[in-house]
Amino acid sequence: MNKFKLGYGAGVILLAILAAAGAGALVLTAVGASPIATYVTIFTGPLKDLFGVTEILVRAVPLILVALGIAISFRSGIINIGAEGQMLMGILAATAVALALPGLPHGLLLPLVLLAGALGGGLWAGIAGILRARLGVNEILSTVMLNYIAAQLYTFLLRGPMIDPGELETGSGTPQSMRLPHSAWLGRLVPGTRLHTGLLLALVLAVVVYFLLWRTTWGFRLRAAGAEAKAARYAGISVERSLVVAMVLSGAFAGLAGAVELTGVHHRAIENISSGYGFSGIVVALFGALHPAGIVPAAVFFGLLLVGADMTQRSAGVPANMILVLQGVIILVIVSAKMYLNNAYAQERVRRLLARLAPAKSQGGLS
Amino acid sequence: MHTAVEPITELKLAGITKRFPGILACNNIAMEIRRGEVLALVGENGAGKSTLMNILAGLYQPDAGTITVNGQPVRFHDPNDAYARGIGMVHQNFMLVPNMTVAENVALGLRKFHRFMNLDLDGARRLMIEVAARHELPVNPDAYVWQLSVGEQQRVELVKTLCFGAQLLILDEPTSALTPQETDDLIDRLKRMSAELAIIFISHKLNEVKSLSHRVAILRHGAVVFNGVTADHSSADLAALMTGREVVLPRNEGLDLGGAAILSARKLKVRGDRGHLALDGLELTLHAGEILGLAGVSGNGQRELAEALTGLRPVESGAVTFLDRDMTNRSPAAMIGAGLGYIPEDRHHEGIVPSFSVKENLVLKDFATRRFSAGCLLRLREIARNAARLKDQYDIRCSSTSAAGGSLSGGNIQKVILARELAREPKALVAVYPTRGVDMGAQEFIHSQLLARRRAGGGVLLISEELEEIMNLSDRIAVIYKGRILKVLPSLEATRERLGLLMAGVADE
Repeated sequence: MNKFKLGYGAGVILLAILAAAGAGALVLTAVGASPIATYVTIFTGPLKDLFGVTEILVRAVPLILVALGIAISFRSGIINIGAEGQMLMGILAATAVALALPGLPHGLLLPLVLLAGALGGGLWAGIAGILRARLGVNEILSTVMLNYIAAQLYTFLLRGPMIDPGELETGSGTPQSMRLPHSAWLGRLVPGTRLHTGLLLALVLAVVVYFLLWRTTWGFRLRAAGAEAKAARYAGISVERSLVVAMVLSGAFAGLAGAVELTGVHHRAIENISSGYGFSGIVVALFGALHPAGIVPAAVFFGLLLVGADMTQRSAGVPANMILVLQGVIILVIVSAKMYLNNAYAQERVRRLLARLAPAKSQGGLS
Repeated sequence: MHTAVEPITELKLAGITKRFPGILACNNIAMEIRRGEVLALVGENGAGKSTLMNILAGLYQPDAGTITVNGQPVRFHDPNDAYARGIGMVHQNFMLVPNMTVAENVALGLRKFHRFMNLDLDGARRLMIEVAARHELPVNPDAYVWQLSVGEQQRVELVKTLCFGAQLLILDEPTSALTPQETDDLIDRLKRMSAELAIIFISHKLNEVKSLSHRVAILRHGAVVFNGVTADHSSADLAALMTGREVVLPRNEGLDLGGAAILSARKLKVRGDRGHLALDGLELTLHAGEILGLAGVSGNGQRELAEALTGLRPVESGAVTFLDRDMTNRSPAAMIGAGLGYIPEDRHHEGIVPSFSVKENLVLKDFATRRFSAGCLLRLREIARNAARLKDQYDIRCSSTSAAGGSLSGGNIQKVILARELAREPKALVAVYPTRGVDMGAQEFIHSQLLARRRAGGGVLLISEELEEIMNLSDRIAVIYKGRILKVLPSLEATRERLGLLMAGVADE
């Protein structure tokens, strides 16, 4: 029985990898690139030197933070698709605080800035939470719509009120904020690379989220409300409050991801700063089984994909858009494969098929 | 309408074996049934009845063994194969889509009404109404399933299966959700229908088995331990064969423990899901040290009453008083905190969180108390210790208390809920259909626990459709009809006939 399950799982994963590789190869061949060379570059290129490895981790940091928030919301029965917008709101709040209080010492300003980021994201998500709890507004709709609003607000502020005065003087008009004071920067973890101490924060928070969800009364309430709202209500848990709390927490993690990206990598608010992390984070969370212990490795894997894709673009001459297509294919295949992994019906069907194909063998080999 | 398949004159099972991880669910089972015959299949929860019937209905494939119809071996790869051969099953857990109407649910499985992109809903509706009328199963074809009571949903399931042209009807505890009158009706109807059908009837209720079936097969631990003519054996014999020991359901010893009023409803008006007045000026008082039975046909306001008392449903007017305090429209948490226990009707999705472990479900109401948490940190060790203790005390059968609650059998889920509610030593307990669908052994246990609660001075509001259960356990019996209490009478004055009339809305005197 267990042998069968193990074999089944391995089979599904193998098939998924083959399917992803095959579909990707088609795309790559269509644009005239060598599939094998491209794959080799994606998966080994970033691991060849220290710089590549640190870049993977640089990308993993915001992915971990966003995915932790997503895990909280999904586990609590409310679906947050708005991490992208929440990140932007977090970045705006963090930038505003950092620029408003440049005189504060590092030990005070940095925590304040990160807190502002979390607050910005949390409040923005809270709108969707309250709309759902009070008026029953579907949170998928509201969070997606809030993404648009946040994106426009972000652009407006960076082009107008928050634009770096220097840009106006020189007349270049790049939509970006002033550089943050050094006292608001995260420290470098490995000198000479972009890897910053945000990684440590993300890892600590992964542990915190595990404790929050599985070891505290708060987490018990959130998970109960998410797993079976009817039973939670029966047990005296306020499901509406739980939804709002979950959404605010989830947004706070996205906002913090933005603030960490801001203070750790870019040091100023620029356009496209979120790089789609708000969406990739959802995939990372699902890929990591909505559990911190799965999310951290999943984020590193996606970091590898992202960095590898960048490298391919440079070395293998594959157009950037094709890399995005490839990523999309890989994500689709992985998520589909996960559905098959835990599907008892699919397992039963495969078992029957095997039994029909080799009746004698299956008796001995699989039971 | 019934497609021209050869009628089933005889169906045989031989050597049926099915293994699940760690369990031999069916062990070399042989059984046969003929047209015009009712075969009762009895056994405790987990004896393998449902697995066996799921094999017959094509949901599972046996690991070994053969099924022959009219002497010809058949293989069912899925339920459609079984249906095509005239085998239809009404499952214990209903297979209905809640947000579709009754007619739509029936049409869903009737391929012949699906024409290309067009669904002949009117045709399905006509067929349904005809079948329903012929078998006297009143259902409203245009009601949404989510609006229906469990009893009404059961009727829809029966109609649906008959519409599919079933000739061998497998009924998995069909009466567990029906009222006594409906049960008697159904049994009469099944007797008549059995002339042209073959019926396999799964039940825990031996009186039904006695009155309906020609032959009875008893399963224990996946094997047939008895197979014979029903008329040759008494209910007590069958019960002993079923459990492997003698079972005597406990009774209320009747001594009046007469306590003060603890939970009462005054002029309660409450709306149901459909927006109608489900409770219309209901008056009821529960005293300490008594079991108050609430008899009634399901759908007369029982669910709404239970939910209004426990704070889960808003009260439009009137008052709920608990322990001399006005608790009208207080939150469920407030009612729980004040000492009100509740065994809900929907044990699978309301009584437990199915994906939570047994030990988590056992502290579903108390995880935030000082006993199970320090500050906001859960005391996992204490939660585990509590679960181990209750598992022994309430004989909860699960592989481990870390197993998901939803993976347990219905009877064991009910024991989890009972253990949690009774361990809190509630001042008053609202128990809704507490033994529906559980086996004799578990029923005996639940009954004795409710009586123990009564002796300890707690009040129990026992909402049930089982007249025997109500008459065995209650001190007083209230009959609910159309959202009002029609009459409250001492248990000693109650007879089946009198209660039956009251439940039908006929007030005596």
